[in-house]
Amino acid sequence: MPILNIFPRNTDYKFMRLRKIAIFFSISLFIISFISIFIQGLNFGIDFTGGVLIELRSKNEIINLTDLRGNLNKLNIGEVQLQTIGSDNDIAIRVQKDSGDDKQLDSIKKIKNALSNIEIEFRRTEYVGPKVGKELIRAGLIAILFSLLGILAYIWLRFEWHFALGAIIALIHDVFLTIGFFSIFQFEFNLATVAAVLTIAGYSINDTVVIYDRIRETLRKYKEAPFEEIINLSLNRTLSRTLMTSLTTLLALLALFIFGGNVISGFIIALIWGVIIGTYSSLYIASPALLILNVDQRKR
Amino acid sequence: MVQFKKWQTFIVILFGILGFIFSIPNFFKSETLNNFPNFFPKKQIVLGLDLQGGSYLLLEVDTNSVINDNLNNFMDEVRLMLRKNKISYSRFNLEEKIITLQIKNQNKKDLLEKKLKKFSNDIEYKFIDDNTLTLNFTDQKLFSIQDTAVLQSVEVVRRRVDEFGTKEPTIQRQGVKRILLELPGITDPERLKKLLGKTAKLSFQVVDEDITSSELKSGKHKPGIVVLPSDKLVDENSEPILYAIKKRDTISGDLLINASPSLDRNSPVVSFQFNSKGGRKFGNITKKYVGSRIAIILDNKVISAPNIREPITGGRGIITGQFTFQEVTDLAMLLRAGALPAPLNILEERSVGPSLGTDSIQSGKFASILGFILIIIFMYLIYGTFGIFANIALIFNLLILLSILTLIQATLTLPGIAGIVLTIGMAVDANVLIFERIKEEIKLGLSPIASVDIGYKQALKTIIDANVTTLIAAVMLFGLGSGPVKGFAVTLSFGIITSMFTAIMFTRILIIIWLKKTNPKVINL
Repeated sequence: MPILNIFPRNTDYKFMRLRKIAIFFSISLFIISFISIFIQGLNFGIDFTGGVLIELRSKNEIINLTDLRGNLNKLNIGEVQLQTIGSDNDIAIRVQKDSGDDKQLDSIKKIKNALSNIEIEFRRTEYVGPKVGKELIRAGLIAILFSLLGILAYIWLRFEWHFALGAIIALIHDVFLTIGFFSIFQFEFNLATVAAVLTIAGYSINDTVVIYDRIRETLRKYKEAPFEEIINLSLNRTLSRTLMTSLTTLLALLALFIFGGNVISGFIIALIWGVIIGTYSSLYIASPALLILNVDQRKR
Repeated sequence: MVQFKKWQTFIVILFGILGFIFSIPNFFKSETLNNFPNFFPKKQIVLGLDLQGGSYLLLEVDTNSVINDNLNNFMDEVRLMLRKNKISYSRFNLEEKIITLQIKNQNKKDLLEKKLKKFSNDIEYKFIDDNTLTLNFTDQKLFSIQDTAVLQSVEVVRRRVDEFGTKEPTIQRQGVKRILLELPGITDPERLKKLLGKTAKLSFQVVDEDITSSELKSGKHKPGIVVLPSDKLVDENSEPILYAIKKRDTISGDLLINASPSLDRNSPVVSFQFNSKGGRKFGNITKKYVGSRIAIILDNKVISAPNIREPITGGRGIITGQFTFQEVTDLAMLLRAGALPAPLNILEERSVGPSLGTDSIQSGKFASILGFILIIIFMYLIYGTFGIFANIALIFNLLILLSILTLIQATLTLPGIAGIVLTIGMAVDANVLIFERIKEEIKLGLSPIASVDIGYKQALKTIIDANVTTLIAAVMLFGLGSGPVKGFAVTLSFGIITSMFTAIMFTRILIIIWLKKTNPKVINL
């Protein structure tokens, strides 16, 4: 016996009526993302740029950032960025690569020496050489590309090519807008972000496949109904499932975001965004795509 | 779908029990676990370096330097051969792994070719024009030099890390010329990095006392001599002292069988011992050069050059120098572990301090338990009795996932914990799909049993399609770089599989039992 009834039952929303607005909305987001990527680019983390990241926690006193910056700039190790993370006692030091050689590894030692007079604890030290950074970019791109291809192939196998095309359009939509989201808000884009993008791809395709499955089934059942109505019907039938799954996943992600600590918060933000955009795209990108691609074979 | 075959029931119960048994150790502290009887499973999930604290280092063997060493030795052999056969040559040089030289006497070309063929099968030679000859190693030879160098390096790195005293380090070769080091517990690897950064090639060579200091500085000196600087400077601004070292009569550090730190007249020294061959050689050379100095050379720098007062025949000796005790400890360690065939470069380093690791475990644990509880409450509120069935399946899903990760000894990282939470969120999806479908069938006026039956059948296809596509994306993550992300891929992939299994099998068996027991007229979903 259900205790809570938050989802509307027996809905009959005309989803497809809004498709033009939705497409306009998505195209606007696309343009904004594109402009943002073009103008301010992505805030790449050291995974991709190469460089040094040191996170430290001072044990007693609060460290004066200006003084620290002055001290570290004297070391002549390139551009040093300082930032507090979470509390005033936690500081992240970033040195982006520029010199492009192995010398950078020495800057870890130099920074540690320069800080030896303060009582601190090194929480995290990362160094990524320029060579590895480039390789990681390539590995990331290849992983994204191959998963798109793999998914495309599977859907093609299980459905028809129209469906596969529609699903891929929705996927590219989600992947691109996630990257755009990272560019607009200048969140750090690192290896974990790529992992998040791939997870989003998986999540979004999951949603799309469920809806497509239903559209295909409805298509077989109602041979006479107009295609737009079939899509509307299928979306309404799957609506409570779509909302339910998005909500449970978001609940879990919110718990991680609030209490999971700042190490993974960027990763979780990407996933939360992805769940929202993935749900939206299944309804308003993947489904209209079928209309536009004219999957309705009954007329042929 | 409403019948449940015996073997299916058996599998569900079996996996349920196994999942329970093998996940249990993870809920205890390892000390508590040791007090349990022996038959009790004790394996726990391996925590990634980001959770337990430690260092990850990616090293690359500079194989070009070994290849160049080999080519230089080969050049010496060729030079010797040319001289022996009185073939005059000029512009003998090495560039991009290819040796070129100009042959002056054309009439000896046949002889030269005959001699070159005798050298080895690993050499390729070609006359570009009448008198220009190029020589190079075959690709197989280059590959085998590289391969041997990397294999040896892995061994030496292993010995050095073992000597350094880390618990359960992982040292493995990655790709063609890389070595991956995972060192749990090492949170400040500066000293280890310093030790790995040394090739530690030691040799004992005689100092040529006939060369004047002006000759040394100008760089003009007789052949058979190499000029090397001292290791330590007198003070910061002074120039290193230069030594003229004879190339002949070298004793290599490989002949050492032991080295240990000790004290000599209250200053720290390294005492060493040669094997029998080394001991004999050392005896002969010290006999031959009594009165001269013998330089102790480490990585092409002279550590010290004591006088040979009398022949040393016991095969034992000490290395003196202006050492601190830490330095002699490290040097002795390096000598025991042996020299690296080539320098190592550090390509990547990731170290996590113990406090961050503990914080990550705590916050990860708390967040996942909270997420789990929220989902369970939510499912119950929305689906009532069926929600409870789904929740029981969800708990078993978590237990089975934990046991699989424990049994295959997968590494759990912080993103991996996020992966578990995400699969919990997504595991619900399969049940949601089924329940929503059952609801629809009920609405169409089917009997409880029929609606459950058709609901499952219809939802199953969708569940499989939807999860296979997600699995494709998750598997692609494996190919993506380093530890934490891989950990996420592992938990996500297994999570998808276990969640499909439990959502379909576990809930179904519970619903069937419930249907049989209560025999409801209507299902209120």
